[in-house]
Amino acid sequence: MNNIFVYCEVEDGVVADVSLELLTKGRSLSNELKCQLEAVVVGGGLKDVESQIIPFGVDVLHIIEDPRLSPYTTAPHAAVLIKLFEEEKPQIALMGATPIGRDLGPRVSSALHSGLTADCTSLEIGDHEDKKAGKIYKDLLYQIRPAFGGNIIAWIINPDCRPQMATVREGVMKKEILNVKYPGKVNRLEVAKYVSDVDFAVQVIERHMEKRKLNIKGASIIVSGGYGVGSKENFKLLYDLAAVLGGEVGASRAAVDAGFAEHERQIGQTGTTVRPKLYIACGISGQVQHRAGMEESAQIIAINTDPDAPINSLADYVITGDLSEIIPKMIKYYKLNTK
Amino acid sequence: MKGLRIIVLAKQVPDTRNVGKDAMKADGTVNRAALPAIFNPEDLNALELALRLKDENPGTTVTVLTMGPGRAAEIIREGLYRGADGGVLLTDRAFAGSDTLATSYALSQAIREMGEFDLIIAGRQAIDGDTAQVGPQVAEKMGLPQVTYVEAVLKVEKTKMTVRRRLDNGVETVKAPLPLVLTVNSSAPDCRSRNAKLLMKYKHARTVTERQEATEDYLFLYDSRPFLNIQEMTVNEIKSTPDQLGLAGSPTKVKRIENVVLQAKDAKRLTAADEGINDLMKELIDSHVIG
Repeated sequence: MNNIFVYCEVEDGVVADVSLELLTKGRSLSNELKCQLEAVVVGGGLKDVESQIIPFGVDVLHIIEDPRLSPYTTAPHAAVLIKLFEEEKPQIALMGATPIGRDLGPRVSSALHSGLTADCTSLEIGDHEDKKAGKIYKDLLYQIRPAFGGNIIAWIINPDCRPQMATVREGVMKKEILNVKYPGKVNRLEVAKYVSDVDFAVQVIERHMEKRKLNIKGASIIVSGGYGVGSKENFKLLYDLAAVLGGEVGASRAAVDAGFAEHERQIGQTGTTVRPKLYIACGISGQVQHRAGMEESAQIIAINTDPDAPINSLADYVITGDLSEIIPKMIKYYKLNTK
Repeated sequence: MKGLRIIVLAKQVPDTRNVGKDAMKADGTVNRAALPAIFNPEDLNALELALRLKDENPGTTVTVLTMGPGRAAEIIREGLYRGADGGVLLTDRAFAGSDTLATSYALSQAIREMGEFDLIIAGRQAIDGDTAQVGPQVAEKMGLPQVTYVEAVLKVEKTKMTVRRRLDNGVETVKAPLPLVLTVNSSAPDCRSRNAKLLMKYKHARTVTERQEATEDYLFLYDSRPFLNIQEMTVNEIKSTPDQLGLAGSPTKVKRIENVVLQAKDAKRLTAADEGINDLMKELIDSHVIG
């Protein structure tokens, strides 16, 4: 009762990074709230998820295993969480803001009539005073996210409904093993008690999942382009620079929407969050939506024609000018100086 | 096959993608009036999917349902110009302040008043909130299965359909029973543009409130051309309990809003001049950031 639950995604026997990141966050929130951290795994062919999950400081790991539970479909996974949450009454439930979490979370929150905040960039514990009702709420979960295209930051709370649910993007929280010998328990749930045959009405008949070709999250140098790059052709300059420096190419949402770069390259609140050694922002104005995904980069170079572009306030180096002139020069002088 | 009865869920949204300098007021708050109101982009993808089903399955009807203020009737007209057969505007002060859950509740109660249907199609998410919650929550409230992130319908049978989903790192082909809720990605085909004939046919389509406020001379048309009536539903036309609506029906509350204030770092400033860029590259190499 009143614990923190994290729904863990498993693909091919491996627990998703975003789930492990949420376990680390969940552990620190549960320390603050003096409650337990519990995890839920729903799937089939699960090998050794215990040893992947419990070291993050998980007190109870609920496992429900059935070959029909993999690959993920909405209804059976939702049925498990809805019933389990009704029994266990968690105060907080977290999941990844992944295609699965964003499909599952709303379904569960609707059934339980509990609020859900999507794509949080930060989670904190705090109090809330409802002056109208003259009520003080202790230890609520502040679900913090950019909103309105990133022009504002909103603190969302669920004062009265439980669990307080939130989804968080991959890479936003840090992932840290607490103790490889952490004494967590495993609770295996009986499938028939949670899922019925009608839950399997939607069937996955074919599936092509690719291992991620791009590893933007892991790149130590990222050359990223925005709408200001102007065209798909101009993006080639960014690829050239990235190739020379040994980095990857990223893009802002505006550039992806305009078709300059593929969706997988999107950096920001609704893309990947990155923390490279060097982030070179080309033709990116720097809306909060984008900043949320890159502001923790160690060094930032901003290349922009607008000397007052908002991105400049984050930058260590601001280069004002035309990127079609600047990028070839960067390549040239990099080569000259590394000879 | 006798055709499908399709409801498209659509939202009128401020165009947050084009936030210009005048979009922020002097006090730092968002100037919503300065942002154009548009048909939510992925809802247009949803509409196109519905219209393609109509093209391929004679007898199919497409109805656009939207919840919003009176001016949201604009996107119903946009739907009619592109090939929808009708529209419903769900509008009432009682819905003000709704979060995704209260919105889903109101929409699902309106859908219950709209008669039988085979398919509900919505865009994956709206650009003003990016939550992607309303589609799945409507599905849950209607007790229907959902398939999210759809980009194409591959096959329609009498009691089921097969669709292709686009995920971050792959595709899935999924078979699901009807009736069904689909949410559609931007990877689905773009919506067709307005059809000139339909534009002529529907340009005077109005809700009852718009007709009451209108000063136009076209009022005589509405009796002889019933297709020009955009149905308006208020809280009185749906069955609902007040504690599920609007602010009261919204578990999530906004505690605080902060406008984004950008504080400048002490940055080194350069231009495209060779010397500065040479120095920059040297500095980065020397400090082992690159190289």
